[in-house]
Amino acid sequence: MKAKAKAQKTKSSKVVDLRLYIAGQTPKSLAAISNLKRICAEHVGSRFRIEVIDLSKNPGLARDHQILAIPTLVRSLPVPIRKIIGDLSNTEQVVIGLDIRPNESEKEPR
Amino acid sequence: MAKKTKVLTPELVPLQKAPTGIRGLDEVTGGGLPKGRTTIVCGGPGCGKTMVGLEFLVRGALEFSEPGVLLAFEETPEEMAINVASLGFNLRDLANHKKLFLDYISVEPSEIAETGAYDLEGLFIRLQDAVDRVGAKRVLLDTVEALFSGFSNGGILRAEFRRLFRWLKDRELTTIVTAERGEVTLTREGLEEYVSDCVILLDHRINEQISARRMRIVKYRGTKHGADEYPFLIDEQGISILPVTGLQLQHKASNERVPSGVPDLDEMLEGKGYFRGSSVLLSGTAGSGKTTLAAAFADATCRRGKRCLFIDFEESSNQVARNMQSVGINLEQWSEKGLLVHEAWRPTQYGIETHLLRIHKLIEKVKPESVILDPITNLINSSSHKEVHSMLIRLMDYLKGAQITALFVSLTGGGEVLEKTAEGISSLADTWILLRDVELNGERNRCLYVLKSRGMAHSNQLREFLLTKQGIQLIPAYLGTEGVLTGSSRLAQEAKEKAGIRLRQQEAERKRQELETKRLALKAQIASLQAELHAAEREAKEVSREEQERVDELKRGRDDIAKRRGALSGNVSELQANQSEDVS
Repeated sequence: MKAKAKAQKTKSSKVVDLRLYIAGQTPKSLAAISNLKRICAEHVGSRFRIEVIDLSKNPGLARDHQILAIPTLVRSLPVPIRKIIGDLSNTEQVVIGLDIRPNESEKEPR
Repeated sequence: MAKKTKVLTPELVPLQKAPTGIRGLDEVTGGGLPKGRTTIVCGGPGCGKTMVGLEFLVRGALEFSEPGVLLAFEETPEEMAINVASLGFNLRDLANHKKLFLDYISVEPSEIAETGAYDLEGLFIRLQDAVDRVGAKRVLLDTVEALFSGFSNGGILRAEFRRLFRWLKDRELTTIVTAERGEVTLTREGLEEYVSDCVILLDHRINEQISARRMRIVKYRGTKHGADEYPFLIDEQGISILPVTGLQLQHKASNERVPSGVPDLDEMLEGKGYFRGSSVLLSGTAGSGKTTLAAAFADATCRRGKRCLFIDFEESSNQVARNMQSVGINLEQWSEKGLLVHEAWRPTQYGIETHLLRIHKLIEKVKPESVILDPITNLINSSSHKEVHSMLIRLMDYLKGAQITALFVSLTGGGEVLEKTAEGISSLADTWILLRDVELNGERNRCLYVLKSRGMAHSNQLREFLLTKQGIQLIPAYLGTEGVLTGSSRLAQEAKEKAGIRLRQQEAERKRQELETKRLALKAQIASLQAELHAAEREAKEVSREEQERVDELKRGRDDIAKRRGALSGNVSELQANQSEDVS
């Protein structure tokens, strides 16, 4: 029981919080959204949350969150914060950039 | 092509300019930066790029009611606010009053990984938002090149820069973009390729341990502009650029005269003194009384209730005031009344431009009627001859334009030609007064003469220059058979002449007395002779009277006889009378 609870705890602490900043429905933004969803599904499993923020609707957030490039993907959890810019077309770079082990789900059962 | 036509259309109307409010910059650019366009301010580190941009924003907000946006890439607004607080700019206050919007854009290369295509739309969104918040007309991007360190894809960045400048132009935002100076190109990243309306280059160089800042307008499309390198200064009042006025010979010549402070000197200058607004050069060897003569002029200016600026490169104001007491000039009273502003600093303290700028600023602050620089010779210590010469020309020009009478004191070194100043400005001076020492009979005496004075019939006399407790006196030097004599030899000669005169006077007096005595003697002689004459006359008269009496007596006797005889004619009696006379 104890071990299971602990495992669950670690599991929940490993939830990845992702924010994707876009500006309107541009091709780059749309590409980034679909790429991100695909990568997360393939490599992170179900332990992720994605928030898409459209800065054209909320310009103040660009300043508050220090966003320059569009699209920008920010991993706010787990710390430290990581930023990836671009349409996320290079899956490998995104995985490295977000520091998510592609085979973490496979490791667990061992 | 599309870009070209777009640019050209608004240019059909004369180029509009946005005044910067920076001292001197608007004069050099002929009214300010191109309105609604982007200007690049580039230069090496620490040359004042950010200052130019910030002053442009702050003055725009305060003086021209044009709110501004500052996008800072290198410093946070807090840091910047502290940095410029010393210049009297209160960025926080301006931000609170919605005259300024500050945004710090952090570019941390280590935090960012790149994958795939992107753009800098976020920057545009932030800029747009900032502009909207204050209704900005002016923008400062400081230093936009920092983006190159944050993003590795140069192709994307260049495209985005092009888009950014176009974006700014379309919104008619007058923008300053600061950029680091490149080794080959003007800016490190070649930004001038995208922005080609106006490029200002700043430079900060050190020459013999003295720093000098310079500014040059490399390019200003569609307008004429000053192309020289202009010195500039950053101090507690912000940036000042020289020249405040151009080098034009168009000053109005005044007929008004200002007394020199020495009545005797005024007399040498048609009895009226210098022309107002003229440049007076006072040159002489050490200890010839230059500063005293200058102080007398300051005193005279203040005495008329006008302000005087005394810039001293040698002595402190206290020292001068004390020294002048000894010749009866009280400068302290004028300082207390605020009429005399005495500023003293070392010539080696600043570069030549800084000197000039300081003088300019003091003049603007004090608004004097006359300015004294004592001595200009020392400025050469801080810079080359050529630079000093050009600085003095500029200063003279400015002073003439402002109708300020200027007195330049120049020290002639020992063994140098007297009628020459080290600064080579004698030809520019309107009035040149030369002070020299005459060494004779084991003493030195001060002499003064007016070498030239344009536009007036000045005296050509060499005068002896005396510093007395009552002030300065000029007395004609002794010019006689013995040559030019001054000081005690003049006094001796004068005494000698006086003695000679007295001797001659005594001689004449003696002679006069002698003659008088002689005259009196003769007069006495005449009197005695006269008396003798009178006596003789009297005697003669007596004799004839006695004779007559005797004749009468005889006649009476004969008559009596005749009467007694009773027969006598007149003729007979007469004959008888004659006979009787002969007998007697």
